[in-house]
Amino acid sequence: MNDENRSPADAAADAADTSPSSAGRYIGAPFRRVDGRAKVTGDTRFADDLVFPRMVFVKLVRSTVPHARVGAIDFSAAREVPGYLGHLVGDDLPIPFGILPVSQDEHALALDKVRFVGDPVAAVAATTEDAATEAALAVGVEYEQLATIASLEEALATPEPRIHELERSEGNVHKAVSYRFGDLEAGLAEADLFLDDLFYYEGNTHLAMEQHACVAVPEDDDRVTLYSSTQTPHYVHRALTRVLGLPASRIRVVATSNGGGFGGKSDPFSHEMVAAKMALVLGRPVKVVLTREEVFYCHRGRHPVLMSQRTGFTKDGRITAQHLKTVLDGGAYGSYGVASTYYTGALQTVTYKLPRYAFDGVRTFTNKPPCGPKRGHGTPQPRFAWEVQLDKAAHRLGIDPAELRLRNLEEPDAVTANYLQLGTIGLRRCIEAVVEGSGWRERYGKLPEGRGLGLACGSYLCGAGLPIYWNHMPHSGVQLQLDRSGGVAVFCGETEIGQGSDSVLAALVADVLGIELGDIRLCVADTDLTPVDLGSYSSRVTLMMGNAAIQAAERARELVAQAAGDALEVPVSRLVFADRRVFDAETPADGMTFQEAVILAEARFGTLGTTGSYTPSRNPARYRGSGVGSSPTYSYSAAVLEVEVDPLTGLYRPAHVWIAHDIGRSLNPVLVMGQVEGSVYMGLGEAMMEEQVFRRLPPSRSSALVHKMPSLLEYKSPTFHDMPPVTTYLIEDPDPAGPMGAKEVGQGPLLPIMPALSNAIFDAVGARVDQVPIHPHMVLKALSAKDRRYGPRAFPEVDFGPPLHVPTPAEGGDGRAIDDPRHRRTHGIRSADGTMTTREEALRAQHAAGLTTG
Amino acid sequence: MSRAVTATLRVNGEERTVAFPGHHTLLEVLREECALTGTKHGCELGECGACTVLVDGRPVLSCLTLACQHEGREIETVEGLADGNRLGPLQVAFADLGAAQCGYCTPGILMAAEAMLREQPRPSRERIAEQLSGNLCRCTGYLKIVEAVEWAAAVRRGEDAGPPPEILFGHPEPGRPGGDAPGRRPSETASSNT
Repeated sequence: MNDENRSPADAAADAADTSPSSAGRYIGAPFRRVDGRAKVTGDTRFADDLVFPRMVFVKLVRSTVPHARVGAIDFSAAREVPGYLGHLVGDDLPIPFGILPVSQDEHALALDKVRFVGDPVAAVAATTEDAATEAALAVGVEYEQLATIASLEEALATPEPRIHELERSEGNVHKAVSYRFGDLEAGLAEADLFLDDLFYYEGNTHLAMEQHACVAVPEDDDRVTLYSSTQTPHYVHRALTRVLGLPASRIRVVATSNGGGFGGKSDPFSHEMVAAKMALVLGRPVKVVLTREEVFYCHRGRHPVLMSQRTGFTKDGRITAQHLKTVLDGGAYGSYGVASTYYTGALQTVTYKLPRYAFDGVRTFTNKPPCGPKRGHGTPQPRFAWEVQLDKAAHRLGIDPAELRLRNLEEPDAVTANYLQLGTIGLRRCIEAVVEGSGWRERYGKLPEGRGLGLACGSYLCGAGLPIYWNHMPHSGVQLQLDRSGGVAVFCGETEIGQGSDSVLAALVADVLGIELGDIRLCVADTDLTPVDLGSYSSRVTLMMGNAAIQAAERARELVAQAAGDALEVPVSRLVFADRRVFDAETPADGMTFQEAVILAEARFGTLGTTGSYTPSRNPARYRGSGVGSSPTYSYSAAVLEVEVDPLTGLYRPAHVWIAHDIGRSLNPVLVMGQVEGSVYMGLGEAMMEEQVFRRLPPSRSSALVHKMPSLLEYKSPTFHDMPPVTTYLIEDPDPAGPMGAKEVGQGPLLPIMPALSNAIFDAVGARVDQVPIHPHMVLKALSAKDRRYGPRAFPEVDFGPPLHVPTPAEGGDGRAIDDPRHRRTHGIRSADGTMTTREEALRAQHAAGLTTG
Repeated sequence: MSRAVTATLRVNGEERTVAFPGHHTLLEVLREECALTGTKHGCELGECGACTVLVDGRPVLSCLTLACQHEGREIETVEGLADGNRLGPLQVAFADLGAAQCGYCTPGILMAAEAMLREQPRPSRERIAEQLSGNLCRCTGYLKIVEAVEWAAAVRRGEDAGPPPEILFGHPEPGRPGGDAPGRRPSETASSNT
């Protein structure tokens, strides 16, 4: 915990060198999640389940063309629909927004241009959902069509027309980055083996079962409350403040339980802005529920990424250097894309010792729904490249793939070549568990033709080290209120999206205070009532909210202990909080109920409340763009996948998955298992079938670019029949950075699955598919190809811009780039009044520091 | 707009007379007119199974059938699964094993499983997968759902069964006997907090 988070109560506790202790019953046990009952009775209230008196409905009119200037919009027919109440167009909400400060490029409704089929153009309100739908269909929009850009290759090759007129980049390039961490050429010169491979990772979408929905309720003269299925109520609050032009104190955002998120509900969305504005205009509650087709247009899913990866190895398998190049197809808007671009390079260094590393990345704009963060955010694509290439290297070097990884394992607490500060690393135990469990040593390379094993690993953040917008405030806050009832109210901005964050919050507080879950009342994800938590993204909630919750609960325990200790005439250090009692550790019969202790404390101190905060400590990197990738610690995973392949048809079936995850400590093993198995499932979906792809209509129909399958009927995802048995190992090695030692589990276990499948297919039939999803025809084509490979064959010419050179820690670097044109800012900058400002202030002043997130 | 029709629906054993536009699906009328929002919509196409309810004991996709066709039928939704305030075995098993994460697909899956268990008290894993293969879940990877249905089936048969420890804790880490091997505190497994 950071020193600035400490209160006078902490200092007092330190001075006495004494703290009470707790014996909780929940952490580590498979207790039922606190919302478990509501989820099996139908009582959980999702956004679309909310109904308010006088509520009306809004439907968005979405573009039917992929790239066009918007002309006249005709509402005359819509007005004739019975129940029609009003409409909004772009000029009614002209202020742009976007999740990243550097990408404020979206409008609630198109101002002048539409950029993809599905881009919102207008909104219509009516008394019923049917009438709103009918009225929206009756709106006539004139479009002046522009040429459309369909792919990352087309975007690079087509500077005009520009999808966005950005000042900082050219043509249809959104963002280009280039880094040299250490002397790449020296590293490659040490290598005995070079591998130079191309990989392609197709885009796919989250497909949360709940469609996005929200209800805006006007209150008083100029206040509005928005209930929304969002993972990030705090960021929606900020965006609404900006777009509505109201003070933040007049806007309340409440995140309802999300029916799945996976990153797809992490952006502020057009429909949220429109609902709030319409509610203020009409003075009535307004509901917007997206159809499944609209959800495909909101997207923000996995970026399609083309990758070139060149890596050097010594003959005994040591990695000497790597140069990774990535090109992202970003779709039509920025979204998290700048961060996604960095993420396609940032985490290549955290699993294996990589002494020198070069990364070039570029994100392009295309006329398709915007890509953004999906589970693993930007890292599954390069992880696929890395783990498949390691498999190739193992074969070329004659080293077992598991052994090759074990030889190169990164050290705990190391600082990587790109200056990420690592924590504990359980990867060795993960690899050993899946190797042992799968019978790898006896079976790998020895199974009959058509059957194979593949191994791969991965690592992920436990929360992004920096917030999305530049500030020095806590990333998570928790507030407790105790009173004479003996109950404890817990307030936190965290957002339950199905992962179980409510349960982690309640259980940590309950265990520190030695009380039961039934004694805890939660109030979460409400910007009016709860301290800010940045949201459910980047696997940050357990670690950050958890640490804040423990701090708040320990401060409360301290207050209650002082009152109870005096009454019992027992030193505070001897007090134990357990079984809803406070008692003397030496004579447990001497004590009182927790409620009696709280009553004494309330009498002595007055109304009882405590707070806890969490702010990550600063990472050692000092170069521009280093905000992406840093984290308080990292989780690790390893998987072995067994596959059966029919060499005649290319059809294959995963037969078994063994997965081990370095969880630090399981706060609730059932919830952890659920995240591991859910990640394996989602990884299999990406590896085997899921793809968000597009097709051109024939020239007779404008050559427009349309979504190939914006429906659940055609977007294929795995069913009960597709899911193989999974053997899960939870590797526990408590990390000092985590709450009670816990690390993340929501995203990391997805990462090894895609490369493990590709590697297993190679073991089964001796053919490589360097691409996902792996369709059967790709396996067949690989089998008949001269090089027994299917995958991309060319990498475009890309201008990544001048690289920043950052000497590595081993080279004596200090985390700074040696050739940053803005380098002087790293030492401070002279301000107008002649004083030196700090680097951070200077960067903030020059709007150069917004590039952070998860 | 189609004209409103009136129908008397029997839902979870209670009759109610409701008026609604004639083209409205059973899903819409259950959610909007009957205020039974436990039943969910996920795709509007009959592909995801989130809207599954029972009609005369058989699972039906309520998004694909008109409400006006269901007069006189016995309709059951997730709100009717519990016995008063007491959860049924399927509900207990789903809550305790983590078979419900976000919970959005859960009502539909519970109803499809309920229909099966009434006819088949001892379904095989293949039978369970077959019965539920029309229901999509994006959170769980399905494994815990199959486990929960098996456990609930055993409880309904009157067996004193609990889930095996690896379902709750993961498998013991190979080569580390007694280390942090899962299966500790079996007395605190899920059934203790129903």
